[in-house]
Amino acid sequence: MDLNIIYVLWLRQIRRYYRSGSRLLGTLGQPILLLLALGYGIGAIYRRAGEGNYIQFLVPGVITQTVLLSGIFWGIIILQDKRFGFLSELLVAPVSRLKILIGSALGGATISILQGILVFAIAFVFGFRPYHWINVPLAFAILVFMCLALTSFGAGIASSVDDFQGFQGINNLIVLPMFFLSGALYPLNNVPTFLKIITTINPVSYMVDSLRFLLANQTHFGLGKDLIVMSITFVVAIAFAVDRFNKVQM
Amino acid sequence: MSEIILSAKDVVKKFGNITAVDGISFDVKKGEIFAFLGPNGAGKSTTIKMLTTMLRPTSGLLKLAGHDVTTERDSARKSFGIVFQDPSLDEELSAVENMELHATLYRIPKKEQPQRIEEMLKLVELWDRKGSLIKTFSGGMRRRLEIARGLLHEPKVLFLDEPTLGLDTQTRNTMWRYVKKLSQEKGMTIFFTTHYLDEAEDVAETIAIIDHGKIVARGTTEELCKQTETKSLEEAYLKLTGKEIREESTNNDGLNFKMSLRNSRLR
Ligand SMILES: Nc1ncnc2c1ncn2[C@@H]1O[C@H](COP(=O)(O)OP(=O)(O)OP(=O)(O)O)[C@@H](O)[C@H]1O
Ligand SMILES: [Mg+2]
Repeated sequence: MDLNIIYVLWLRQIRRYYRSGSRLLGTLGQPILLLLALGYGIGAIYRRAGEGNYIQFLVPGVITQTVLLSGIFWGIIILQDKRFGFLSELLVAPVSRLKILIGSALGGATISILQGILVFAIAFVFGFRPYHWINVPLAFAILVFMCLALTSFGAGIASSVDDFQGFQGINNLIVLPMFFLSGALYPLNNVPTFLKIITTINPVSYMVDSLRFLLANQTHFGLGKDLIVMSITFVVAIAFAVDRFNKVQM
Repeated sequence: MSEIILSAKDVVKKFGNITAVDGISFDVKKGEIFAFLGPNGAGKSTTIKMLTTMLRPTSGLLKLAGHDVTTERDSARKSFGIVFQDPSLDEELSAVENMELHATLYRIPKKEQPQRIEEMLKLVELWDRKGSLIKTFSGGMRRRLEIARGLLHEPKVLFLDEPTLGLDTQTRNTMWRYVKKLSQEKGMTIFFTTHYLDEAEDVAETIAIIDHGKIVARGTTEELCKQTETKSLEEAYLKLTGKEIREESTNNDGLNFKMSLRNSRLR
């Protein structure tokens, strides 16, 4: 019976998503822009520097960026629910907050996964080809894992802030740096020490690295380390979301 | 027929150093229509939020349908329906989708859902708009849908926090007709807040006047007039809350109160 509850909360997220066509376009616009501007713009220099095919290198980074933004921005729905009152309806129902969070976050994660897959498909137009097709299912599994962690993170942030400005601030202060300082766009081999330190403590670097290993056969940290860091991130993100969501008051 | 379904005993709620509710006690009988009447900031919503498990009281005891509201939240939650002061529908969903979500959250069996939803939507005359998204609804339609939703799981107690705020006179009247009918036909207890005097007088069997977090008087209109030696609820209210002073001031309280006075005179 309670699976029903999780299902309807999930369904609500999906319905809201396919009804807002602009959100889909908005979130796919960025990856396409990145592939165009960087893929073609920097690709030539990259190859001349002897680093190989930049599109192959870039696509795992762009997929990560897409699910990072989509996961965290999904948190805006929780914020909207809080600001526009629907959260009252949910919180007063005879259902535990954990179930409300699980159902909703699964919906958010599903949307992120779909977007990740879409970007993967779009990348083919830009000449991207997975190194080994055999690794693609594993990359998909990692994508799911990442989306769950990032959506939880988004839910935690949204539960902690009270308005959209606050959310925007967090985005500029945390999310964008997490993306730009992650090795999504450039190799980490020859970066200055301070950047190396930041990228090493940034969990997003490991997400990018794992996808890059599975899709383009290139790695900086090694898949083992990637998986360990991602598992820790996953647990922390979920604990963060549960804790913050439990404290939300209307 | 004097079973107590709702009771508060010495309930206090503090927000930091603001005391929003300052030691209130009351009982509501099963099937009764009970009004909480008071000016802005009196503590009406805070009381409803505590009764409906949204806020924990700082101290005191709250009981609803035999359940301690703070310790038996889920059982308490199944026993009431609520229409919040602020909107609480999902704008991106249709009327039916909002109702279905509610039905599942309250564990109404899937088989019974369509029929009950149809019945409720027909009751509030929204059946022909069942597929429309809420963002295309007017304020009055939203309010009616919220009422239908609050009733969907057949609660023992229905809380209405300023349910008619922003509704036109016709919609207000129809809404109260439904609510009275439900109270009569199903023996449902209604607890509502308002700062419209006429509403309290016309609809409620018992009125509690709340000001600065305290219940300053309670009873039927006649009892309140008798207690205060006045001739109308309006006079009794003014005498009890001393709002003629606040009415002169330019703050929000005064403004709203003027509006509510005007409203009560319109009758
Ligand atoms: N979350 C909160 N934090 C701090 N103060 C609060 C909070 N909620 C309510 N208050 C304060 O408690 C007091 C009572 O507020 P409440 O909302 O219960 O009034 P009300 O009687 O419902 O008024 P209105 O007619 O305007 O809806 C007010 O002084 C309000 O500022
Ligand atoms: Mg209020």
